[in-house]
Amino acid sequence: MKFTLPAFFGRMAFSALAALIGAAFALPLLWFLFAPFNGRAELGLTIPDPFTLNNFVTVFGNSFAVQALWNSLIQAVGGVILVGSAATLAAYALSRSSIPGKGAVTYILLLFSSVVSGSAAMVPIFLIISAAGLMDTHLAVILTFAGGLLPTAMFILRDFIDSIPKSYEESAMVAGASPVQAFFDVALPVIRPGIVVIVVWSFVNIWGSFLIPFILLRSDSNMPAAVAIYSFYSEAGTPVVTLLAAYSLIYSLPVIALYLFVSWKFGFRFFGGIKA
Amino acid sequence: MTTQPITTAPKRKVRNFALLSNRAGAAFLTPAGILVAVFVIFPFFWVIFVSFTNRTLLGRTALNPEFVGLANYLALFDPNIFFQRGQFGFSLILTTQFVIASALIGQALLGLLLAWLIQTVPAWVKRLTETFVIAAWILPEVVIGFAWFAFLDRDAGTLNMMLNAIGLPSGDFLLESPFWVIVVFNTWRGAAFSMMLFNSAFSSIPPSYFQAADVAGASSWQKFRDIAVPLIRGHIVTNLILITMWTFNTFTPFLLTNGGPSYRTELVSIYNYRVAFQDFQFGKGAAVGVIMMLINLAFALVYLSLGRKKKVR
Amino acid sequence: MSNRLRSLALGLVGATAVALPAFAVDLNVTCRCVIGGVNSATAQWIEESVIPAFEAAHPDVNVVLNQFGGEDAQLTQQLALDFSTGAGPDVTAFDGFLIPSFVEGGLLKSLDEVAGAEVNDWSGWAALSEGSRALMLYEGKYYGIPLGTDVRMVHTRKDILAEAGIAADWQPTSWEELLDAARAIKAIKPDSFPLQINAGVAMGEATTMQGYWLALLGTGEAVTDENGKFIVASQGILDTLNLYKTVYVDEKLGDQRAQLLADGRNRSFANFRDGVTALLLEGDYFYRSVTPEGSEFAVANRDQVQGWVKMPAKEPGAGIRGQDFVTISGGTGFVLNPATDTPKEAWAFLSFMNEPAQLEAFQAIQPRITARTDVAIPNSPFLTETSQTLLPLTTARPNDPSYNAVSSEIQRMTEAVVSGELSPEEAMAQYKSAVTAIVGADNTVSLL
Repeated sequence: MKFTLPAFFGRMAFSALAALIGAAFALPLLWFLFAPFNGRAELGLTIPDPFTLNNFVTVFGNSFAVQALWNSLIQAVGGVILVGSAATLAAYALSRSSIPGKGAVTYILLLFSSVVSGSAAMVPIFLIISAAGLMDTHLAVILTFAGGLLPTAMFILRDFIDSIPKSYEESAMVAGASPVQAFFDVALPVIRPGIVVIVVWSFVNIWGSFLIPFILLRSDSNMPAAVAIYSFYSEAGTPVVTLLAAYSLIYSLPVIALYLFVSWKFGFRFFGGIKA
Repeated sequence: MTTQPITTAPKRKVRNFALLSNRAGAAFLTPAGILVAVFVIFPFFWVIFVSFTNRTLLGRTALNPEFVGLANYLALFDPNIFFQRGQFGFSLILTTQFVIASALIGQALLGLLLAWLIQTVPAWVKRLTETFVIAAWILPEVVIGFAWFAFLDRDAGTLNMMLNAIGLPSGDFLLESPFWVIVVFNTWRGAAFSMMLFNSAFSSIPPSYFQAADVAGASSWQKFRDIAVPLIRGHIVTNLILITMWTFNTFTPFLLTNGGPSYRTELVSIYNYRVAFQDFQFGKGAAVGVIMMLINLAFALVYLSLGRKKKVR
Repeated sequence: MSNRLRSLALGLVGATAVALPAFAVDLNVTCRCVIGGVNSATAQWIEESVIPAFEAAHPDVNVVLNQFGGEDAQLTQQLALDFSTGAGPDVTAFDGFLIPSFVEGGLLKSLDEVAGAEVNDWSGWAALSEGSRALMLYEGKYYGIPLGTDVRMVHTRKDILAEAGIAADWQPTSWEELLDAARAIKAIKPDSFPLQINAGVAMGEATTMQGYWLALLGTGEAVTDENGKFIVASQGILDTLNLYKTVYVDEKLGDQRAQLLADGRNRSFANFRDGVTALLLEGDYFYRSVTPEGSEFAVANRDQVQGWVKMPAKEPGAGIRGQDFVTISGGTGFVLNPATDTPKEAWAFLSFMNEPAQLEAFQAIQPRITARTDVAIPNSPFLTETSQTLLPLTTARPNDPSYNAVSSEIQRMTEAVVSGELSPEEAMAQYKSAVTAIVGADNTVSLL
């Protein structure tokens, strides 16, 4: 962020407030930094005593849970590729072409998707997947997520592309590029920060989701981590907190790593705007 | 419905000619079109259709659902039970309060405040604050649900531990004030999106605007109110549409409270889940889904018209 | 659209399918059981005993157990969706009370319809006790083979009763005597919650079966009358709700929080383990699976400390059928997928697992009350004693497709009372309007 305001007014106060809010956001998560290393099950925040890595050993010994992380990755990456590419193409077309009715379409789809995200729509989706013979496959989960996330992805990306001046592509086309070339060679690099937002957003959504895989998958070998985490519940149905915390930590690392990588490499922006 | 007000960045002329031919446009739209048609549009019309039948998953009406007209809708709005806890009206009012408190006031205002704060603070504070706020947003929901359960535990939870440390008594939050728990929870969970969106919006404002204000001796609040907010009005509308819809449809509080105790946190999405997937009444569940969409539509229209009205200056 | 999608999909699936020997038959079995997780003993039994023995006897059949780790209701959802599209496991564990609604929805077929008349020739039918056979019976047809049944009673902490000066051979004969014992304990341990009667929405069917039913039967009533109509207003319902009110609101004899919070049932188990609760209404499941040594809610020194008494009627002789004591039974078994590709093999597996040899192997892993009279309960005085005493007194839930929905309303009604939000009269009025909306006014009856 290049613009700096002269700190004539309470810059310290601003910093303190920002830090305070940040700390408040961190509080509910602190437990997850301690509990996985604790030999004893505790809901309270305590220094691990005895300190142990055994919880991780146990978790990695659970082949179902390890396989589930891999399954989550397949489903999330597959879904992200589909959402990212389809949404980019569609949002670009909606922003740059003059197809009739394009103005309202993202809003209407957004509203449709709000109905479909409710649980009543799980039935038609189940019937479609079942009729297509896709039950219990990764593809079923990938396609369903792609369809469900696309309206919002298109909505966000379209906003992003609308905020990029058309002059980029115009000058390319003046230089003799075709509209499709202008898209791939000129527009795509400029849109990239927006695509990155969609990638992270859809990855996070698929990675954490329970209901859709639960309804569309059957065999243990296909279930994602959001389902497998329930294998760290005792026979009585209570969570085994030490193992659950350890698995949660492992399960959370990929999304954190993805965010850090993306914000380091591309930045994380919603609009093209003036500063390209 | 037109999108012009939303898509406006400052000082940009609206151009009407197309860069992409209709044919190329159609080709670009095809992959998304197919996926959306199969997984959004078809289920949408299925839900509308089923909302006029008494279809269930189990029992006699699973085999031979009958067309019942508006019966599902009338049953939802039955005045004798409408406001009872665990009924549709109660859920609807609860959800409206939840959206106002946690999306409009919580997420949007907190997000706006955070976005404004981190424009000016030192890089390391910005980095740290952003990381925690965003962590709350990107972590998987089962993990979040459990973290909060441990955080709020009456006997050993982190929150009560801190309250005790400063001499305050422990609270039984999940039982005594479940509604405020899910409001704070949802604000915490979703503020990152608003923060990032507003952050992007603020940084797309030309720095020269602020420099001019600085020369004129404006305070931070004046710059925020008179320069920043008017310029990002379109982005505020976009943000409100998205977070209202997400908050309206959110199911995550279920992981924390199961909708209880005594249905006191049964949001419409949770009510819908119970009707459709615990009582297996698909017809009624579908009617709930349709009403939810109409409410979302109403919210969207209000935001759009607000955004448009104030734009005319 | 759908056809194009299907051919596309089939291509993709085909590319990844693994080739199997053509003559082998695959059989899928599902239960809500996970080795080391929920119903661990069942999973262990099927995986380690039934499947190896069955495959040895039928070398051309390959059996796979899907261990389902979710909730009961989630398994019900999956099975209903799967059966409605002709998919799903060939053999699955199934709760008896769901049979009517599945059958009416066309999602289950009777065993002889699925696997042919040879089903009726199975030698095991004669060995099933009358009561347990009824668990899987609907309108005169068998839909599955019951695995076992259960009974419900008041589990006691003998050490705490003794502290409160209650005789070792204590057996309450009325609700008042049960409450008096709880009051006596509360008097010496003011912070304890001596009595646990399940209530509320969070405990689900455990509220209806272990709490509400067990009290209601003691007033001489059931959820339905002799004609199968749902009773929506009666003195029995009011008495039951007043019992809840006495326990949780007026005298704080029970742990109100445990009825309201999402993990309440486990809290009630923990209360019993920790001696906070001394009288707990539960099924024999509680003894069998919850409190044994090594489990999470193990009661230390259980043989000396944990006992049980019969649940008394409100007054002697006031119970259902004029009984002094009441109990209620449910039960699970296994059913066949109506659309199984391999009905003969599926039936062969189902009957094989219910032969005495396999059931005895199960008893060795975890003793329980069996459905077959020719399989003894080994080495479990508790189960032998309770089943002999209580099975003659037992009642079953109504075989009604609407029972499940009404049961949810019962849970809601109890929660409204124990939270102190509604009076028993108001809660019953709310129950009446809700049940009438579910089953229609013609199928309800008011006894007031």
